[in-house]
Amino acid sequence: MSTGMQAFTPLDAVAAPLFEPNIDTDKLIPHKFLRKPLAAGYRNFLFHDQRFAEDGSVRPDFVLNRAPFDRARVLVAGRNFGCGSTREGAIYALQDFGIRCVVAPSFGDIFYANCLQNGLLPVVLGEATVAALAAHLEAHPGAHVAVDLAAQTLALPQGGTVRFDIDAVRKEQLLKGLDDIGMTQQHAQAIARFETAYRARHPWLFRDLPGLPRHAPRAGEGS
Amino acid sequence: MTAARTLFDKIWDAHVITSREGGESLVYVDRNLVHEGPFYAFDALSSEGRSVHRPRQTLAFSDHYVPTAGRDRGSAGIADPEARVMVEQLARNARATGIVHYGMDHPAQGIMHVVGPELGLCQPGMIVSGADSHTSTHGAFGIFGFGVGASQVKHILATQTVWVSKPRRMRVTVAGTPGPLVSAKDIILAVIAEIGIEGGNGHVIEYAGTAIEALSMEGRMTVCNMSIEAGARSGLIAPDRKTWDYLAACPHAPKGADWDAALAFWRTLPGDAGARFDRDVQIDGARIEPMVTWGTNQDEAVGIGGVVPDPRAFADAARRERAARALEYMDLAPGTALRDVAIDRVFIGSCTNARLEDLRIAASLAQGRRARVPTLVVPGSRTVKRAAEAEGLHEVFLAAGFEWRDAGCSMCTGSNGDRVPAGERCASTSNRNFEGRQGRGSRTHLVSPAAAVAAAVTGRLADPRALA
Ligand code: SF4
Repeated sequence: MSTGMQAFTPLDAVAAPLFEPNIDTDKLIPHKFLRKPLAAGYRNFLFHDQRFAEDGSVRPDFVLNRAPFDRARVLVAGRNFGCGSTREGAIYALQDFGIRCVVAPSFGDIFYANCLQNGLLPVVLGEATVAALAAHLEAHPGAHVAVDLAAQTLALPQGGTVRFDIDAVRKEQLLKGLDDIGMTQQHAQAIARFETAYRARHPWLFRDLPGLPRHAPRAGEGS
Repeated sequence: MTAARTLFDKIWDAHVITSREGGESLVYVDRNLVHEGPFYAFDALSSEGRSVHRPRQTLAFSDHYVPTAGRDRGSAGIADPEARVMVEQLARNARATGIVHYGMDHPAQGIMHVVGPELGLCQPGMIVSGADSHTSTHGAFGIFGFGVGASQVKHILATQTVWVSKPRRMRVTVAGTPGPLVSAKDIILAVIAEIGIEGGNGHVIEYAGTAIEALSMEGRMTVCNMSIEAGARSGLIAPDRKTWDYLAACPHAPKGADWDAALAFWRTLPGDAGARFDRDVQIDGARIEPMVTWGTNQDEAVGIGGVVPDPRAFADAARRERAARALEYMDLAPGTALRDVAIDRVFIGSCTNARLEDLRIAASLAQGRRARVPTLVVPGSRTVKRAAEAEGLHEVFLAAGFEWRDAGCSMCTGSNGDRVPAGERCASTSNRNFEGRQGRGSRTHLVSPAAAVAAAVTGRLADPRALA
């Protein structure tokens, strides 16, 4: 398992319904797992306290523990999904479980940004559409949702196709698996010009303050 | 003639390097704050062979995983091997990249959102990014402070910039004068109860009005801190005389001619008359009571004199369902008076409420009383701790049977092992009452420091005004 941008390829997979509002990042992955190395694998940390009882036994009633939802690649969730903290472990856990796309009426801002950084596709659809989709998935376990990012469409199992919006540049990055650093480096000259002017305007921000603790001072650093 | 701009517009405009199709802009980051959490960022940076572009503009804080007792033994004293790895790993990464590190044994160590402001490291007009959603705290100084995940931390380390879409602007005006012992915490809980936990999504909230102006810098930090709990990217308050007075006493604020230049710049930051907001919300500060949460989201809060609501009373079906679930988790029956709810434990701490002012209020109410339940007081920083001890506050706490610990995040999220046991009910001055936030199965009631003491000495959720 590794972090970072993964290209989003077309998807036609089992979707799992979890149509509750405000699923926060503490629920997605409790804080106690954020200390685990990635090599540990994050899939079992996903919704840990809902999926597993205190004694570690699997709770068969939780949706992602039930076949065929345990093979889900798409999660259909309630509004404000991923509210709360900045923890990217929530994304790693979803991805390591196999989830590649989350559909919800709205997302927490930071979670949404974190999805885009890692190639997990967040799809925003109207509340009624998401509710109907979730209800259909409950009634027809194993139903597939097909996601075509290039066309910005979702083919619904109950029939019909819906279009979703996504920032044009973010879409390109997801399709090609390009991370932000590559994009930013194209602006290296603009950044350098900005820094020079900014430092001239706010020189007090860049003084080497006496008494600041520092490690491994390096020659020329902090110019 | 340029259009009238808000405080946020001015900060934004001064930091945009370039904007692109789709609406995101590349903005310059003045200060980047990290804690032990985003180790993934340092790992990825080194595996990609990248270096830190501006090491002096990142600051590292050991706060989430540090123990709050037995600190004299250093990291060797951390019993939990995984927590020890987290603490040592940050020290190693900071050393390897040349980043200033407020480590476990540093005299100014503490929670990043407490230490950054109190040392004057974060100043008006800045963009401050943090590996933590509560970076919004810094907005109290007229700073655009926002949280980012590990991938964006990596990007900021490598470039000192970040791509963000410009948030919309919301203004929350709290007019009037809140009554005695109604604190900044009560104001922000009342604001969140009013606008809802996603009421701020996609926005930066600028707070205004007499009740906000009247707050100390500490109180303003409490308000901005919890802006994220309404879903906002950040909170902001226009800097004023109180801001300059606070900064003038901070060790790393500009000095001499630098101070004059900085102050002249800071004075230009408040929004222009007539600047437009995308949304305006008004709250009557005089009607705010000491608040307490009854549910598992921060908008599930009422005045301490109130009762646990009946979920059926909510007009909105989703809200009804959410309230019903919350009451089940919290083991509360509709109609119960909050003052009848017995609690098992109290936590006074966190980046929301662990500054000197918070501890002074707590001590003034704890004076001469005894805790009925285990009560943990964890200062936000070692600087706060020393100042509190110089005033003898710790003696008041100890005489009341409270525990007096060393600085860190502690029981706010329990990552250092200070947890609320399953099934227990905790009155907490922190910011999140999510299911399991303070430990698996823990039940959290968010309150102000004054109300936390009232709970500690009565063993129930209680109105602090009854103690005064
Ligand atoms: S005190 Fe709590 S909310 Fe604040 S930074 Fe620490 S863990 Fe996060």
